[in-house]
Amino acid sequence: MGTDALRMRGITKRFGRIPANDAVDFTVAKGEIHCLLGENGAGKTTLMKVLFGLHKKDAGEILLDGRPVEISSPGDAIAGGIGMVHQHFMLVGRLTVTENIIAGREPRSGFLLDYRRAREMVREISGRYGLKVDPDARVEEISVGQQQRVEILKALLREAELLIFDEPTAVLTPPEVQELFGVMRRLKASGKTMIFITHKLKETMEISDRVTILRDGRKVATVETARTTPARLAEMMVGREVELRVARPEVTRGERILALKDLRVKGADGRYRLNGVNLEIHRGEILGIAGVEGNGQLELEEVVAGLLKPAQGRVWLGAEEITALDPGAIRARGVAYIPSDRLRRGLIGSFSAARNLILGSQRGRAFAPGGILRHRRIEEEARRLVADFDIRAASVHEPAAALSGGNQQKVVIARELSRRPELVVAAQPTRGVDVGAVEYIHRQLLKMRGEGKGVLLISAELDELRALSDRIAVLYEGRIVAEGPSGGFTEQELGLLMAGEGK
Amino acid sequence: MAEILTAIFNTSNLSATVRMATPIALAAMGGSFSERSGVINLGLEGMILSGAFAGVLGSYISGNPWLGVLLAVAAGGMMGLILAFFAVGLKADHVVSGVGLNIFALGLTTWLMQVIWKSRGTSEAVAGLKEVSLPLIRDVPVLGAILGTNSPLVYLMLILVFLGWAVLFRTPWGLRIRVVGEHPEAADTLGIKVHRIQYACVVLSGCLAGLGGAYLSLGQLNWFSMNMSAGRGYMALAANIFGQWNPLGGLLASFLFSFTDALQMRIQAAGIAWPNEVIQMLPYLLTVAVLAGAVIRSRPPAALGRHYEPGRNT
Repeated sequence: MGTDALRMRGITKRFGRIPANDAVDFTVAKGEIHCLLGENGAGKTTLMKVLFGLHKKDAGEILLDGRPVEISSPGDAIAGGIGMVHQHFMLVGRLTVTENIIAGREPRSGFLLDYRRAREMVREISGRYGLKVDPDARVEEISVGQQQRVEILKALLREAELLIFDEPTAVLTPPEVQELFGVMRRLKASGKTMIFITHKLKETMEISDRVTILRDGRKVATVETARTTPARLAEMMVGREVELRVARPEVTRGERILALKDLRVKGADGRYRLNGVNLEIHRGEILGIAGVEGNGQLELEEVVAGLLKPAQGRVWLGAEEITALDPGAIRARGVAYIPSDRLRRGLIGSFSAARNLILGSQRGRAFAPGGILRHRRIEEEARRLVADFDIRAASVHEPAAALSGGNQQKVVIARELSRRPELVVAAQPTRGVDVGAVEYIHRQLLKMRGEGKGVLLISAELDELRALSDRIAVLYEGRIVAEGPSGGFTEQELGLLMAGEGK
Repeated sequence: MAEILTAIFNTSNLSATVRMATPIALAAMGGSFSERSGVINLGLEGMILSGAFAGVLGSYISGNPWLGVLLAVAAGGMMGLILAFFAVGLKADHVVSGVGLNIFALGLTTWLMQVIWKSRGTSEAVAGLKEVSLPLIRDVPVLGAILGTNSPLVYLMLILVFLGWAVLFRTPWGLRIRVVGEHPEAADTLGIKVHRIQYACVVLSGCLAGLGGAYLSLGQLNWFSMNMSAGRGYMALAANIFGQWNPLGGLLASFLFSFTDALQMRIQAAGIAWPNEVIQMLPYLLTVAVLAGAVIRSRPPAALGRHYEPGRNT
């Protein structure tokens, strides 16, 4: 593969006293697609932000094409031929595609910006790499997949030879992922070098030439993709053997626990977010909701939790109608809620883990007899939950915001599942959670199912849905477009249904 | 009814509108630049006031009102630099910084006036700017009466507003300003220097507001009086919002504000048999109605009022 496009040697980056990168060596050969694999918090994004000049490194050196370089700002990185496709797109919604792409290197005629030439530049570069975009469309009006193309074009226009993709598939539908991989292969054919940051094993196996695994800020190994297996990669990522797919034992299906009848929810723009949804969940059953984000999942979880009142339709928990009840009353009737946005809905970041663990029970006799909080009791309960649910925190007094994503999620799950619920609403329960914690969360959900509870599992991860669910329903533009036993769908079918191209 | 219409569409009324709008439109354009780059500018009031003071001071020292105008622009820019230092450099709350600047400017100009002119109310009279008369426009009917003879700063304002619009929406620098105000992280990853642009924009807004202040003290009058900006900075900020953070929109909004004001005086003077209270209320009613409609639809720069620190937010 010739010379190395990039060598990073002994990169160390500390936040406070904690090293996010600890003497990491990372080498990328010219023209390869190199996966940077690791759990959340392993230091992948930190390493790449150091490379792109968004973080200052504390030690180490960077060589591009064999030459040592000093990168202290994104401007330096761009000048060195590095482009980054960020996980959270760096795009201005109200500006056009062209404006977003050319900002910072605008073609001029005199003092003025030459819009005609700018548009031609965008057309030329998008034609050359087969990345179709409408140069005059406003970015906020195009799809997420198209927005990502704009991000890639931004890097290409700046003559990037080394492209960093930061978790690019997180926001895409399965067909869009395939399209992205097609683009990456074309870029590779035209001689570009790519770094692909991910924690998804399947994608790593599919697209990469080599893989470097990071764990706890250190490099574990660099291996050739062709000579490794997903199980081996997972083991290196987590540091122990991991069951990628937890077994789902037979459970007899019980009586109905949740029923949704003709649920309709209107959005602020007058369009229906949920448009006539009918669903049932029985005891001992996990119902998986598949769908690309923004197709009504958020509304669905919030309606069942009582946070959002439907414009039409009814919700039953067991034999009781709960449509009009407030969230507190619904919780009291045994609905556990693991919200998709744990930092907004699930936790109070500045509160200690202990207080977060008793949120919702703070008024009860258990922790506040006579209306006074009893800290000793709260702490005792928190210690018990931290042990039971394997939450890794320095102490129960640590603020929730300081915990890792996986441990934050465990706090939410511990609180919700320890209340002996009848129904669990789990929305994106493993998002931003490391592989080890994923396994744990999956076990907990299956345990609830085994105890005869109902579980509503809303997830964007097809593997997760297929592994855990007894039945799967696909949500597209607020409607259930398909429903059936989870074994009845192939992954391709689900992907197409999620994109609205069902059979 | 006919009386009212003549009172409204009356050339001296319209010419008063243009004159009264001048300082507001200049400061509103300053607001556009500052806020398009993401910095809330509540300090326009203090910047106008400093400009008005420095203008008179410059003319008093040199005897040349144009040197006064230059000093006014510099003083406004200095105020802008102070605001940028707090709001951008030290990441203080933008609103608090702006209000603080206004209080500082009021105290400083009042105190300096006492020191220099030994007076609490007004300064000595100095050489002001002479009105100019444009040969061709002067002879056009109606337009000539409105725009033919004015302070040179009125014409300068009209030119600057068009220039400002072109800079913001037609030049590379303008695009960069807008990217910074919408999404500073994106700007940073494009190699655009976020803080440098914000500093430049806030200083520029100070220069423009300072020029507006010079018009008050050297164009309309030829002396300085305590707190002579009298709320025009806040009106400018409203005009900027009403004008959708666009200098041209800000100019139109300034016209609307000053037109209703001129109108109210005119109707009172015309002796129409309505209660004075009702007449005085009209401009405010109109402004409230129009503003209410406009603000609902307005969309400020997405990162307005936010602090950006490279490598932290992303």
